[in-house]
Amino acid sequence: MSRRSEVLLWGAQRISAMVLALCVIVHLLTMIYAVRSGLSAAEILGRTQGNAAWLAFYALFVASVSVHAPIGLRTILSETFNWRGRSLDVLTGVIGLSLAMWGMRAVVAVFSGGGA
Amino acid sequence: MKNDFRARNHPAYWAFIVHRGSGILLTLFLPLHFWALGQALHGAAALDGFLRWTEHPLVKFAEIGLVLLLSAHMAGGVRLLVLEFLAWREWQKPLLAAAAGGSLVAGLAFRLNLV
Repeated sequence: MSRRSEVLLWGAQRISAMVLALCVIVHLLTMIYAVRSGLSAAEILGRTQGNAAWLAFYALFVASVSVHAPIGLRTILSETFNWRGRSLDVLTGVIGLSLAMWGMRAVVAVFSGGGA
Repeated sequence: MKNDFRARNHPAYWAFIVHRGSGILLTLFLPLHFWALGQALHGAAALDGFLRWTEHPLVKFAEIGLVLLLSAHMAGGVRLLVLEFLAWREWQKPLLAAAAGGSLVAGLAFRLNLV
C-alpha cells in the first residue's frame, strides 16, 4: 500500500474514532437507561421504529464502526504476524464491507420493526 | 529483540493491551449483535424470542463484560486521541486513571440497572 494510502487510513481511523466516541457515549447511556425494566422488543422498537433521528444515528454509528474496526484489525494483524500486502488489504476490506451490510440490515430492522 | 516482561509491565503497556484486546473482541461480537437486532425484520415476536435467551444469568454476565469492553475501548481511544492531537504528554497517567475509572462507572451503572 502506498504511503498516501497509509496516511489516509490513519486519518480515517482517527476521524471515525472521534465520531464513535460520541456514538458510544449515547449508546452506553441508552443501554443503561433501557435495561432498567428489562429488555424487550417493545422497548427497543418503541424507541426506534419509524424514528428518523435514531435511524440516522445508528446509520452513522454503523458506517463509522465499519471504517474503524477493519483498519484497527489490519494494524493488529500486520504488527502481530508481520503480514503485509494485498491479501491483508482484501481481507480487512471484506470485513469492513460485511460489517457495513450486516449493520445496515440491523438498522433497517429496528427502524421498520418487520413492517418494511 | 529482548522480550523482557519487566520492561513492559507499566500502565501504558497494559492500556495498549486492553485497547487491542477489547477492539478484537468487540469486532468479533459485532456480527452477533447485528444478527440479533436483525431479528426485528421478522417482527417483534422474533426479537423477543432472542431477548428471552438474554435473560440467562451467564448471558447477563457476558453483557456486563461487553459493556466494560466497549467503555474501556472508548475511554482508551479518547486517551489516545488526546495524546496524539493535544500532546498532553504529562497527562499520561491521569488520563489512564480517568479512562479506567470511566469504564468501571459505565460497567457498574449497567450492572446496577440490569440485575
